[in-house]
Amino acid sequence: MNIDLTINTGLARTILTGFVKSEITRVGYSRAVVGLSGGIDSALSLALAVEALGSENVLAVRMPYRSSSADSLEHARLLIEQFEVPSETIEITPMVEPLFERDPQMSKLRKGNIMARERMIVLFDQSEVFKGLVVGTGNKTEILLGYSTMYGDSASALNPIGDLYKTQVRQLSQALGIPAPIIDKPPSADLWSGQTDEGELGFTYAEADQLLYLLVDERYSPQECVDAGFSEKFVNAVVARVRRYQFKRMSPPIAKLSNRTVGYDFLYLRDWGT
Amino acid sequence: MGCNLYEKFPTFSLYFLVVRFASMKLNLALAQISTKLGDVQSNLEKHLAYIKQAKSQKADLLVFPELSLTGYVLQDLVATVAHKPTEDDPVFKHLLEASHDLDLVVGFVNEDSRHRFYIASAYLSGGRLFHVHHKVYLPTYGLFDEGRFFAWGDSVRAFDTRFGRVGMLICEDFWHASPPYLLWLDGADIMLFSSASPGRGLNDQEKLDSARWVERVTKAYASMFTSFVAHSNRVGYEDGLLFWGGAVAYDPNGDLLAQGPYFEEALTLTQLDLNQLRRTRARLPLLRDERTNLVQKELERILSK
Repeated sequence: MNIDLTINTGLARTILTGFVKSEITRVGYSRAVVGLSGGIDSALSLALAVEALGSENVLAVRMPYRSSSADSLEHARLLIEQFEVPSETIEITPMVEPLFERDPQMSKLRKGNIMARERMIVLFDQSEVFKGLVVGTGNKTEILLGYSTMYGDSASALNPIGDLYKTQVRQLSQALGIPAPIIDKPPSADLWSGQTDEGELGFTYAEADQLLYLLVDERYSPQECVDAGFSEKFVNAVVARVRRYQFKRMSPPIAKLSNRTVGYDFLYLRDWGT
Repeated sequence: MGCNLYEKFPTFSLYFLVVRFASMKLNLALAQISTKLGDVQSNLEKHLAYIKQAKSQKADLLVFPELSLTGYVLQDLVATVAHKPTEDDPVFKHLLEASHDLDLVVGFVNEDSRHRFYIASAYLSGGRLFHVHHKVYLPTYGLFDEGRFFAWGDSVRAFDTRFGRVGMLICEDFWHASPPYLLWLDGADIMLFSSASPGRGLNDQEKLDSARWVERVTKAYASMFTSFVAHSNRVGYEDGLLFWGGAVAYDPNGDLLAQGPYFEEALTLTQLDLNQLRRTRARLPLLRDERTNLVQKELERILSK
């Protein structure tokens, strides 16, 4: 089965840069802050923000930890030079290590989550300093798979790339001139040495994107996906992940008591009045 | 438009033909605007600015998009943005006044005397309200939730204007084939569609799925009903939704007369040569041959099952 995720990048570019501009300016801001990891997702968000607001209005923030790969920092530097954006480099090592030291048994997962949340703290602090809104960097694949840290890397004020699968992020990044080494390297959260997304997830983004496209966009049943040629084990694993991580895609549920409750019957868009 | 005068005064027919033909043009303007969500006063000011611009460009009729006075994803704002299309209404008094200069179609939330709220389009001309259409199909699926917040309209009627008989529909109304068909049978030669259509369906095609679908059906209605069809669709974002614009007007042959840009505000002007109705229908008498009794008979049979 041929599943084509190709998008019209010109159209995507127009829609997404317009989105960044609209959703930032209508709440009274004109600037953006992007946490630049050196990976492709934040590179794309940076490129879109620069095109929407102008390079002088986008702050790139690098937040390395002492074990972060040298490539990550270098790739982020490449982007800062290419897009001519102001930047800050704020090392998180002295902020997170005191917490790590409290528990010598601390797992990699816990450390990874702490680093992701520390970066969120730094980013939102820079948001106040630079008077810019934090632009998100989570793509559709990782949002659906729940592959992110809640209140960490998933935190943002607006997210232009959350409806693009990783495959489409690559395609649009190419169109926007992101350097090839950043597009071609294996995706990694870089929370510990040698970590890769695909190694942790147990499947490739190319496979996951095609399956998710059938399940989510085309409304195939899991059995129909198996009939279309995906292994049953893979389909079951992905379906289970999508369901299990629904909570990461939501605001915390509020227990209803009154006649009007935020989230249930107090309903307004963010753009209310603007 | 007085076709039977030829039979009554055959000696004047040539003279009358010339006069009649000279006057059968309609300068149509389609305003694809962005709106402020829930800020009726600000949206009214934009309407008045577009009216002024359309007037300066000699437009006879200006069509605004669906819910042009309020914005689209209103949710709990519905009751606070509702208005009545009357002279004593603080919004409509300005629009009725402006309709002395050119005819207007505006989109708003209409509150009836028993406090039901409708997605509505009003046709204003010469300081008077000619017609209000209440949206009869409220999409309540996918990203849409209109049925939760609005009352369902329950009539589809054509009405007379200084340009001939007109019909208005709102967005989902013309995703169903029956409302345009009913307008056609009710005498509408000019169909004015308005939408707040969120862009969706990005793939490798040149246009979004939603734009391609709407353009396909509006062109089809013009062709099948040998009528003028114009569509005014809004632009701008509401949270992550982008309304795609791309106003269009088709003639009774289904040929494109004008098209607005995608995604940006614009005033698109085109001239409708109303005599094209006669020429097209002389060639292609689909209206003459429409077998409404057959439709009625079969519908009765189908619905009585």
